[in-house]
Amino acid sequence: MHEVSIMAEAVRMAVESAQAAGAGRITGLRLRVGTLSGAVPDAMRFAWDVVSRDTIAAGARLEIEPVTAAGWCATCRAEFECADFFNECPRCHNVSGELRRGRELDIASVEMN
Amino acid sequence: MCKECGCGLGGGDVKVGGHSHDPSHSHSHGHEHGHSHAPAPFKVDLNRSLMEKNDRLAERNRGFFKAKKLLVLNVVSSPGSGKTTFIRETAANLAGKLRVGVIVGDLATDNDAAHLREAGIPVVQITTGTVCHLDADMVSKAAAQLDLDKVDVLVIENVGNLVCPADYDLGEDLRVVLLSTTEGEDKPLKYPPMFHSAQVAVITKCDIATAVGFDREQALGNLRRVSHHAEIFELSSKTGQGMKAWLDFLAKRRGEV
Repeated sequence: MHEVSIMAEAVRMAVESAQAAGAGRITGLRLRVGTLSGAVPDAMRFAWDVVSRDTIAAGARLEIEPVTAAGWCATCRAEFECADFFNECPRCHNVSGELRRGRELDIASVEMN
Repeated sequence: MCKECGCGLGGGDVKVGGHSHDPSHSHSHGHEHGHSHAPAPFKVDLNRSLMEKNDRLAERNRGFFKAKKLLVLNVVSSPGSGKTTFIRETAANLAGKLRVGVIVGDLATDNDAAHLREAGIPVVQITTGTVCHLDADMVSKAAAQLDLDKVDVLVIENVGNLVCPADYDLGEDLRVVLLSTTEGEDKPLKYPPMFHSAQVAVITKCDIATAVGFDREQALGNLRRVSHHAEIFELSSKTGQGMKAWLDFLAKRRGEV
């Protein structure tokens, strides 16, 4: 359940940006979460309700945009979709050491007023 | 001017309902409105990592440790894989050559710290309460309580958990993941993020491998599949078998710091 720590950080960053923009309330939050980030979207949603309570982000809409993981195959010189950490190229079956996407745990945007 | 993208479009003259809200012109209507005047919501793009604060603190730790010429290990595994015994025996075997200091993380109790302290190892315990992992800030505060000028190798024993600590960089040089022969050969396949993130994988309790029916080839195959880049060691902290290769590796890496 490190999703609680992650979402507490999301609240901190969202509140900081609202204060900088002079907004009094946060109405929405958009996150980008890689499929290999290690964080579970359902657990993040669950944690969000708890950690945003009693803050200016309470009740804000949470959107989580999934990012499908992609590896780079140096032999085929092409990207391929990774469903897991085995990073095996589906064309040549070589194992790739380069994960290009999929570890994202980003706060994309904050809606406020 | 537009502050969103710097395109230079738009201006200060905000129009509501098709006419300028400059109060100097005359109005044919009063200023009462049939709707509430809550400010319109607007969006601020951040595009920042949620791990940014931890990652920055971890880099600060890394720089500080480097300046102190420390080799720093982040030891992770499930509960009961033998982290504490492995660390105690590593320290005992390095005695006279390299000085080991330890930071131990657990949800509660200082039992692990007490075991290490009895062995004469300088140790700081972090009790995380309900938090399932160590983060860079906790490590920085704990490290301040050790006399690091008397330490060559700093070992951080993370909370026994193969999930959450994977996302938290502590500023270590090497992430060392333990897999004990009692746990089953498929642990690397079940917890790939952690095994994938480690630079070193250690199979512990090899002295009882036969008794518990441990399939070595299968375990190594699984490890290589997930942690293809990792250096793999097989040892028993209890009997000392296989410890030499691990200790030589540590001494070599300490020399490179």
